[in-house]
Amino acid sequence: MQRIGVFVCWCGSNIAGTVDVEKVSEALKNEPGVVFSTNYQYMCSQAGQDIIKDAIAEHKLTGIVVCSCSPRMHEATFRKTAAAAGLNSYMVEIANIREQCSWVHKDMQSGTEKAIILGKAAVAKVNLNAPLTPGESPVTKRALVIGGGIAGIQTALDIAEAGFPVDIVEKKPTIGGKMAQLDKTFPTLDCAACILTPKMVDVAQNDKIRIFSYSEVEEIGGFVGNFTVKIKKKARYVKEDVCTGCGICTEKCPQKKVPNEFNMGMDNRRAVYIPFAQAVPKVATIDPNYCTMLKTGKCGVCAKVCTAGAIDYTQKDEIIEEKYGAIVAATGFNPISMDKFDEFAYNQSKDVITSLEFERLTNAAGPTAGKLLRPSDGKHPHTIVFVQCVGSRCDACAEKGKEYCSKICCMYTAKHAMLTRDKYPDTDVYVFYIDVRTPGKAFDEFYRRAVEEYGVHYIKGMVGKVSPEGDKLMVRASDLLANKQLNIAADLVVLAAAIEPDKSARPLATMLTASMDTNDFFTEAHPKLRPVESPTAGVFLSGTCQGPKDIPETVSQASAAAAKVIGLLAKDKLMGNPCVAQSNELMCNGCSSCERVCPYGAITYADKEFRMPDRTVAIRRVAMVNEAVCQGCGACTVACPSGAMDLKGFATSQIIAEVDAICK
Amino acid sequence: MQKITCESLIEKACELIENGTVSRVIGWKKGEFDYDLTPAVFANADEIKKNFIYNDFSGANFSKYLIKETRKGEGKVLVFLKPCDTYSFNQLLTEHRFDREKVYAVGIPCEGMADIAKVKAAVGDGILKITSEGDELIVENLYGDVNKVKLADVLAERCVNCKSKKHTAYDELMGEDGEILDNNRFDEVEKLENMTEDERFAFWQNELSRCIRCNACRDVCPACTCEKCVFDNPKSGVENKAIADSFEEKMFHIIRAFHVAGRCTDCGECSRVCPQNIPLHLLNRKFIKDINTFYGEYQAGEVEGSRAPLVNYTEEDIEPNDAVKREE
Repeated sequence: MQRIGVFVCWCGSNIAGTVDVEKVSEALKNEPGVVFSTNYQYMCSQAGQDIIKDAIAEHKLTGIVVCSCSPRMHEATFRKTAAAAGLNSYMVEIANIREQCSWVHKDMQSGTEKAIILGKAAVAKVNLNAPLTPGESPVTKRALVIGGGIAGIQTALDIAEAGFPVDIVEKKPTIGGKMAQLDKTFPTLDCAACILTPKMVDVAQNDKIRIFSYSEVEEIGGFVGNFTVKIKKKARYVKEDVCTGCGICTEKCPQKKVPNEFNMGMDNRRAVYIPFAQAVPKVATIDPNYCTMLKTGKCGVCAKVCTAGAIDYTQKDEIIEEKYGAIVAATGFNPISMDKFDEFAYNQSKDVITSLEFERLTNAAGPTAGKLLRPSDGKHPHTIVFVQCVGSRCDACAEKGKEYCSKICCMYTAKHAMLTRDKYPDTDVYVFYIDVRTPGKAFDEFYRRAVEEYGVHYIKGMVGKVSPEGDKLMVRASDLLANKQLNIAADLVVLAAAIEPDKSARPLATMLTASMDTNDFFTEAHPKLRPVESPTAGVFLSGTCQGPKDIPETVSQASAAAAKVIGLLAKDKLMGNPCVAQSNELMCNGCSSCERVCPYGAITYADKEFRMPDRTVAIRRVAMVNEAVCQGCGACTVACPSGAMDLKGFATSQIIAEVDAICK
Repeated sequence: MQKITCESLIEKACELIENGTVSRVIGWKKGEFDYDLTPAVFANADEIKKNFIYNDFSGANFSKYLIKETRKGEGKVLVFLKPCDTYSFNQLLTEHRFDREKVYAVGIPCEGMADIAKVKAAVGDGILKITSEGDELIVENLYGDVNKVKLADVLAERCVNCKSKKHTAYDELMGEDGEILDNNRFDEVEKLENMTEDERFAFWQNELSRCIRCNACRDVCPACTCEKCVFDNPKSGVENKAIADSFEEKMFHIIRAFHVAGRCTDCGECSRVCPQNIPLHLLNRKFIKDINTFYGEYQAGEVEGSRAPLVNYTEEDIEPNDAVKREE
C-alpha cells in the first residue's frame, strides 16, 4: 500500500478564488492510501516545496499528489522537489485544478466539486505508480545539416566553431542555395554574393565541415544522439578530388542548349557545368539528361579537353553511411508554380516574370549581365508593374495559392522598385498590394524611401488581369483607395510569387518522423518557447523549412539551431524518458501490429525460448522496445490485440483507475 | 458431394507421411455420428487409413491448429486447406503465429459444407447415417426412413455467401482452383444497418442473451490466438465479472469483435461452432464492410503480409475526418 501525501495549492487567488482549497485537502484525506493532506498559498515557492519535503520525511510518503496548475508548468519542479527529499521523481502526480478547473469554472461549488474529483483521480493513479529510472544512451559527436543554403551554412559554421564535426548534404552541385541567386539584399542593399560567398569559402576551408554536394539523404534510422544516415552521393561523372574547376570543359562542351536553372531558365548552359563562378565545391558536373556521351556513347569532348583527367563517364551513385548525434533540417523554399495563375499571363508572355527571375535579370552574373532588359525582345522596359501577394494570403477555398503571408515579398518588391528607379529614372514603376507589411529593423524606413524618395507608385488593390497586346502587357487593376479602375500598358510585369517549402521536405520529415503542418513547413516543438527544435528529439530546424523568413531571421534561427545542437553534442550521455512502452513477453504474440503503428521505429522482434503453461518449451517471436527511440506516444498499446504492450507511468490499469475514480 | 474424395486425401496424406515430407497430418476424424467430425492429428499411415474422413461436414478450419502443432517435435505438419481456410492461414502467417517452414499445405477444393442444423430442420432428428451422392445427401434415421436432401439447400450460411473458391496459399493444390466470388455477403449486414437503433438493439439482445459464455467462438476463431486471452487475464479488467443480466455477454462479443477487427478472415467458424446458433459472424462482417467503406477494399488473409488499414501506418493514410466523410 502506498503512503500518499496530497498538497493542494491556492495559486494565490488563481485557484483559491473558485475552489475551496480547504475542502479539497479535507476531502482527499479520506482517499485510499492518503496519509497526509494539506494546502498552501504557493506550492511552487521555496516554502511550499519545503512543506512537501518535510511531509515526505515525516510521514514516510511513497507517493505525492500536487493539486495545482498544468503539469506543463510545474511537474518538473515538483519532481525535483520529490527527488531532493529522496522520493523517486515518477511517484509524483499533478492534478490540474487550475487550467482545467478553477479558470474555467465561475462558482465555488462546482469548482470545488471538480477539484476534488480530479484529486481523487490523481490519487487513484499514484496508488498504481511504480518508481521509474530513465535510461542512458551515448551521443555521437557529429551533426548533419540537410540543405546548404544560408541557413545550413550558418548552422554548420556555428557548430564547427564550437569544435564539433558537421556534414552538409546539398542536393545541388554547389552550396549557396537561394541567396546565391539574389542580387541585392534589403534593407541595406549590400550584394548577396558579396556577403554569402565568404561564408561559402569558410565552409569549404573549415576542416570540421564536410560538404556532400549533389547528394541526397536516402535513409535515416536511430534516435537522438545515435542517428544512422545513408547519404546518396549522385554520380556527377567528374572526379571531385581531381577537378580543378578551371571550367575549360564547360566552354568546350558541344551540348549548348540546356536551360540554366541557376538563371531560372532564362539562358542556356552546357551539359557539363559549374553553376556559378563562386560555386563551392568548384567542381564541374555532367548533366546526364543532356550529355551526348552518357546518352549515346559518342562525344567525349570534355574528357579530351580536361587536362586534369577528371572526367569519368563510368562513375556510379555512391552510398555513404555515417552516424550523427543531431540532425538539422535546412531544406529551404521555392517560389510556387505560376501555372494556376493564368490571369497574370505568366505562361503566355515572356515579359511576365517572377521576382526571382527579376533578381537574375538585375544581377551582374545573370543572363543580361545586370542590365534590366525584357526577356522577349531585349529592350529596356519603361513601365514596370509589380504584383504582390501572388499566391500568398489566398482564401482557403480558392484551391490555388497559400493561405499564409510569404513575409519577404513586401520588402524585396520595395527593393526591386527602388533599385529600378535608381538605375533607370525614366522608368515608371507601379506596385499593387493588399497591405504593405514591413515590421523589422529599418524595414519601414526602407519602404517609405521607395515611395517618398524614389517615387514608386504604390497602389492598394489587386491586378485582375494581364493580357499581352502587341509588345505591351495590358494590366487591368483596381485602385481601392481612389475607387477607380486602372488600365496600365506595361512593358514588364513582375509577380511576387508565394514561397513554399522545398518538395524534398515532406519525404525528409517522414524519414525523420518529424511533424509538419498542412503547408509542409516543419512544426516546431513549441511555437514560442522552442522554435528551432522539432518535436522529434535530436531534430532541429533552420531557416525557411520552418516558415517564411528573410535572411536576417534565417541566420538568427540558424545560429539558434546550432546552439541547440551544440548543447546536445556537448553531453556525453543522454537521459531518456522513462515513460516508454514495455512489452510483456509472456503475453506478446509477436504479431507485428505494434511495429506497424509505431511512428518512431522503436519496436523490434526476437525469437525467444519460453516455458509454456503445459510445461513444454517453445520458441516464440516477441516484441522488444528500444527505450531510447520510444517517445511514449502509446500507439502500440492500443494496437496490441493481446494487451501485452503497456506504457510505463501511463499504464492502462492506471488510466482505468483514474476513469473509475472520476466516475465513482 | 465434394469434388475431391476422402480416398484421394487419405492417399495423399499416406504418401506424404511415408515419403517423409511430413511427420504429422492434421485432418478430420469421425465422431459419434457422420456429421460431427473432430479435428485430429495423425502420426502414421495406419491411423490415417483407419480414422481420417472427409465429407460434406468437414467444415473445421485447421489454420489455427498449426500454432500449437508446429511448436511440437520435429518435421513438417501436413494441413488440408479449403479455399476459405487459406485466408486464415495467410492471416496467421502475416501475424507470425507459426513457422511456415514447418508446414506442408495442400489446397483442396470445396463445394460448400453442410449445416447439420439445416439438415435436421429439413428431415427431422434421430439421424443415424448420412452419405453423399451427386448433389444430394442421403439421410437415414433410427426409424428406418431414408430421406434425400439437396446439399445446396442445407449449406452452412457462410458457404451460401462463400467469398472465395480461390486458394490464397498452398504448397500443392489438389483439384482445380476457383475464383474470388461476390456472393452478396454483406446483404445481412445491410439489413441490420437499415434497422432503427431500437430494432437493432432488440435483434442483438435477442441473439446475444442466449450466449452461455462457453467461449467456443473464441477458442475456434483463427484470429483469437493470443498467448493469453484478455478474458482469461484477471489483470486486464475485462475478465469474467458477475453477470448482471442475460444481455451482459454483449460486452464479451463486442470486445471480441473489436479485437479481431481488420484481422477477421470471415471464415465463419464462430457461428458454426456456436451451440446457441448466434450469428456472430455478422458482427465481424460489419467491421469488414466498414473498413471497405472507410479505407477501401480490404480482406484480411487475401494477401500474406498485408495489414488492415487500422493497424498500419503509411504516409498515404487517410485523415480520420475524410474517412468519416467517405461514408456520407
